[in-house]
Parts: sequence; structure tokens; C-alpha cells
Amino acid sequence: MQAEDPNISYADVNRDIVRSLVETGPKYYVTLAIAFGLTLACFFFPWFYQLNYGLGAAGVNHPSVWGTYLASFIFWIGLSHSGTLLSCVLHITNSPWRKAMYRSAEAMTLFSLMVAATMVMVHLGRPWFIHWAVPYPNQMELWPNFRSPLLFDVMAITTYLTGSSIFIYMGTIPDFAAVRDRTTGWRRHMYVLLSLGWRGTDTEWHRLGWAYTFLAVLIIPLAVSVHSIVSWDFALSLVPAMHQTIFAPYFVVGAIYSGTAGIVTVMFMLRKYMNFGKYITKLHFDNLGKLLLVLSLIWTYINILELFTGWYSGTSTEYEALTYKLFGYYAPLYWEMILFCAVAPLLLISTRFRTSFVPMLILSIAINIGMYTERFLIIGTSLSRQYLPDAWGLYVPSLVEITILVGSLAMFVTLFMVFIKIFPSVSIYEVKETLPEPEDGVAEWQPTQ
Amino acid sequence: MSLVGDFLTRWRAYRKPGYIYGDEFDGARRDYDEFDYAWTMTIDLDRCTGCEACVTACQAENNIPIVGATAFAKGRQMQWIRIERYWEGEYPNAKLGFIPMLCQHCDAAPCETVCPVSATYHNQDGLNAQVYNRCIGTRSCAVYCPYEVRYFNYNNPVWDAPLAEQLNPDVTVREKGVMEKCTFCIQRIRQAKDHAKDDGRRRVRDGEVQPACVQTCPAEALIFGDRKDPESRVSISMNDPRAYRVLEELNTDPSVIYLKKVDDNAG
Repeated sequence: MQAEDPNISYADVNRDIVRSLVETGPKYYVTLAIAFGLTLACFFFPWFYQLNYGLGAAGVNHPSVWGTYLASFIFWIGLSHSGTLLSCVLHITNSPWRKAMYRSAEAMTLFSLMVAATMVMVHLGRPWFIHWAVPYPNQMELWPNFRSPLLFDVMAITTYLTGSSIFIYMGTIPDFAAVRDRTTGWRRHMYVLLSLGWRGTDTEWHRLGWAYTFLAVLIIPLAVSVHSIVSWDFALSLVPAMHQTIFAPYFVVGAIYSGTAGIVTVMFMLRKYMNFGKYITKLHFDNLGKLLLVLSLIWTYINILELFTGWYSGTSTEYEALTYKLFGYYAPLYWEMILFCAVAPLLLISTRFRTSFVPMLILSIAINIGMYTERFLIIGTSLSRQYLPDAWGLYVPSLVEITILVGSLAMFVTLFMVFIKIFPSVSIYEVKETLPEPEDGVAEWQPTQ
Repeated sequence: MSLVGDFLTRWRAYRKPGYIYGDEFDGARRDYDEFDYAWTMTIDLDRCTGCEACVTACQAENNIPIVGATAFAKGRQMQWIRIERYWEGEYPNAKLGFIPMLCQHCDAAPCETVCPVSATYHNQDGLNAQVYNRCIGTRSCAVYCPYEVRYFNYNNPVWDAPLAEQLNPDVTVREKGVMEKCTFCIQRIRQAKDHAKDDGRRRVRDGEVQPACVQTCPAEALIFGDRKDPESRVSISMNDPRAYRVLEELNTDPSVIYLKKVDDNAG
């Protein structure tokens, strides 16, 4: 089951991973600068314009009051789903292949949640009052509306964000300590703070292991609940194509699906650009590929169910919404989604496909494009065909919305790039657990500049 | 009453303000009678000519922004009451039907449950009220509303030079990022209630308060009043056999009742 190269020693792990933190080439800075520049130019600048001008800058209109901002929100929340959730599931099922990839997967969770939270701000008409959605004591004795699925959302997302931040931080403490012992200068000071005085005693390891498993068990239902609740924003409405009981499992599966595809993309990048080829191997791609295949099948099944319920309901509104989705204005997008998320993933049946890196990268990106389309369609098609035909409409995203979507991607990349220079993006201590013990029992110690 | 029973009552009262429950906390819904008033409108489609006078009156009364041609083309027009036109049949046997559509002031309004900050709520008059100052602009109420009668301020409203002088001082002007909708001219209702109170009377008399659309309708297709008063014009007209409510199957319990158009040529 161990795919790691048996020739890797403990010292290699330390050296490789600390090197990824302290040695920074010009390529990194250029990429970071581009990503940060794009974030400013494509996210913050259009948002600033929109704040000044009003939501009229977006393409939303009378029947379609929700648009790509909310689609991006679901997309980012979805992307956040696989990281911590997958890591937790694999942790409690003792799957050793998790160990090389879970740190970056969890980081993906964290940052996509942050981007998702920002998308909510962009989506709101008056984001400067967003704190009103939080229950805090005030002299007006005003509380948020506890019946609102949007409020459940606020609660679920903040809980998930807190939980996964603690989870990733706690799992990294021994690594911070390992890096602390091998760095000098300002980095050392930073890691001294971050490692919270970790010494590596048996008691500390014992407590860490206990707390880690505890959190892992806690986070799994949390992750499932988060996307169920996001789906209730839609399912609790009366909108024909949204008012469906299948939505909660549909969203959860979709989230894990797009999240797993996201992990494949990130794994590929780390392997390629951070030289983690020794740690992130074909085995990981193979396993993630199998997972993707299963998820794609479940996702397809739920999609068929959705069509069936719409058709079987026999009501004119449901039927109209269904026909519009399949053959209406947005139909090309719908069939694109089917192609990317239901048909293309069938390639994963072949082991050769699962273990080839570039095809896996292309497929993972295609799946996420398809999944973004899915989120867009849930909002776009459903809102433009509701009960009263007089209020039927059409929604086309404006330039501002498209730019902000690109900007949100750039923001995610920026955050992730900062992360890989601060957090060891492959877990040092857990990778070592999968390696044979060094014969002399003492790892080589070399301070790295 | 036991702690649990008391808790349940309070919870129900919180969930559905204005509903009355049995004394023995049996949970059986009696009626909406706990509201001070139950403002209701009936719209006689037989009388409606689709002249849109109500639309204009509403625009003037409620300081509804005039969005301009560009925004209109984008589908961002604001009409708290709009005339929906439906064509039936093919030319030359085409028939045109009108239906004025406005906030139905549902007693079980989907928009009220979804607002995370309770900017829209049910008030003691049985009205579906919108607090502009509290609105944070999630626009979810507009999605949840099956009648599509909630309008969002995509931009700050602008009135061309002389028009700004004729704004109604009784109604606030809404800023960008705020949802708005028909209020049944709540400012007039408030005024009528104040007058009633000043006169030492307890209740507003039938016909004392009229929203702008009702006041202006030349065909008198619109009737407004309190359905708790069995003698009121609206109570009488809502018992008409032609009465129906739009999308009643959604169980939103609308307070706007339509009287079906009688087609002489039918059947």
C-alpha cells in the first residue's frame, strides 16, 4: 500500500519540505505578483465600483435577482468541502495515502471558505450592514430572523470555518516545531510563536492525537450540514425547479465532487511546481480518481432524479422549468455540464487514465467548470421561469460579474500561494509515519538558511 | 400551564405572530383574528380595463424611482403594482386579459421567513411590512415571492429636476441595495388610524382609508377595506362566487382577492 519511495529518509522529508518554505525562486514571486495584481484589478476594483454605483453594475434584474455572485458562493463553498471533510474521513478510516495530501487539501477548504464569505459580501445590496445577520446583543433588542435559511447559513459557515481553521492549525503544530528547529532569523521567530512551544514529548503527541481525532469526528457532520444548509437557501423557496427535497444530498455530493476535483488540480500544481513528486504520487491520483468516479455516478443519478421529479410532478410550472432547463436559452450550458460532469468522468474507469497526471488535471478542471455551470444553472434557469409568465425573464452576467469571478479565483490563488510559504504544505510528521525508521535512529540535523 | 406547554405557545406565537391558538394549547389554528385589522383588497377583473392609472398613482404616492430607459431595458423597472397582460388564442380570435399584480400581503408569506434580518415581517394590521432601514439586500425575499412583486433598488434613485419637488413627504425614499414593494399605502392607513384615535373612536371606519391605486381606479375595480368587519364593502365583495386567489395552491394565504372575469362568449 505504501507508494512512497522507500529510499526517502526522515532527513529528506525535513529537507524537502523546509526547502519548499525557505527557498523561493523568482517564478514564485512573479506568479504571486500576477495573482495579487489580478485580485486587486479584477476583484477589489470592480467591487469598489459596484459599491459606489449600486448592484446595477451586475446583470441581475427583476425576476433573476440572484446571479453569478451567489453561484460563485455555492461554488466556493462546494470547493471547500472536500479538503477538510476528505481529510477527516481518511483520518478516522486510517488511510495512509491521505498523509501527503491532506495539508494542502485542508488549506483549500480554508481559503475557498474565505473567498465564499467575500462573495456573500459582494452579493449583498448593502454589505456594510452584514453584521446585522449575526446575533449580537444590542440596545435596540433586534435579533436576526432565526427562521431564515440564510441565517442558518451564516451559522453553519462560521462554524465550519472556525472548525477547519482549528483543525488545520492543530495538525500543523508539530510541523511548525520541526520547521522552527531548522530555520533562522525572522522565520524562526514566527515559527516559535506558531508552534506554541511544542517539544514533542509523549504526552504532547498523545493529546494531539486525541484532539485531532475528536475534531475529525466533529467536522464530518459539520461539513455535511454546511452544504445541506446552503441548499436550503434554495430548497425552502417556492421556486419551481428549486423547491426539491433532493437538494440537500444533491448539494453535498456536488460539493464533495467539485472539491475532490479541486484537490486533484492542487495536487498536480504542487507536484509540478513545488517538486513534491516524491510524496504526491500516482497512488494519490489513482485513489482520488476512484473517488471522483463514484461521486460522478452519484451526481448523475441525482440529476436524473431531479429531472424525473420535475416530469412526474405533472404541474405546469415544474414542467415549464424543466423544459426550459433542457431546451431553453441556457440549454447549451446544461449539456456542457452533463458532458463535463457526467460523461467525461466515465474515463476514470481506466486505471491508465487515473494514473496519468495531465489527463487527470484536464478532467479535474473540466469537472469544476461543469460544477460551476451547475450552480449557475440552478439560479439562472430557475429564476427566469417562475410561476407568473408575465414575470419571466432572462439573466446574463455583466462584465463586472465576470471580472469578479476571475478576481475571486485570483484571490484564492494568492491566499494559497502565501499559505505554501508559511505552512509546510506536505505534513512532515505524518509522511514520516509512512516511511521506514532510520537505522541509526537519529535523523540528520541541518539548519537551513 | 406547564413549562413545556408555555414554551410551545410562546414558540408558536413567535413563529406565527397574530395567529390565535386554542386555550388548551391544542395547537389548532383558529383564524388570523388576532390582528387589529385584516386589510384586504379585492380586484374585479370584470371591471379592470388595464388603463394603468393605478400604476401611475402608485408611482406618485410612494416615491417609486423612475429607472429610465436603460435600466428598464435590463428589466429593472419598479412598479409596486403592475398590469400583467395575457393573450389567449391566436389571431384573429385572440383575447386579451388583464390582471393587476401587487404584493398579496400573504398571511403565510414566504418572504418573511427567509429574510435573515427580519426586514420584512407581519405587522399587527395583517400587513406584510418592509423595513427599508433594516434591509441588507440579500434579495432572497424576491426569490421566495411566487408573485414576483418585490422590487430591488439597483441604483440610487434619481429624479429629474422638477420631479424631485413633488416627492411625497409621508414616504421615505429608498437608497440603493434595498428591497421595496407595495405597502397597501401604509402611510395612509397609519394616518387613518391616528384620526380614528384622535376622534376617540376605536377603529377605522370602512372607506376611511384607500390606497392610491384604489382611490384612482376609474372603473372602481379595486376595493380596499378591513375583512374583519363583515359589513365592509371588501367583505361583501370577497364573498362573491367569482372570488379566487392567485396561486392559492401554494398556501401563501394572500390578502388580495380577485374576482374572475365573466366571459360572455365562453362555452
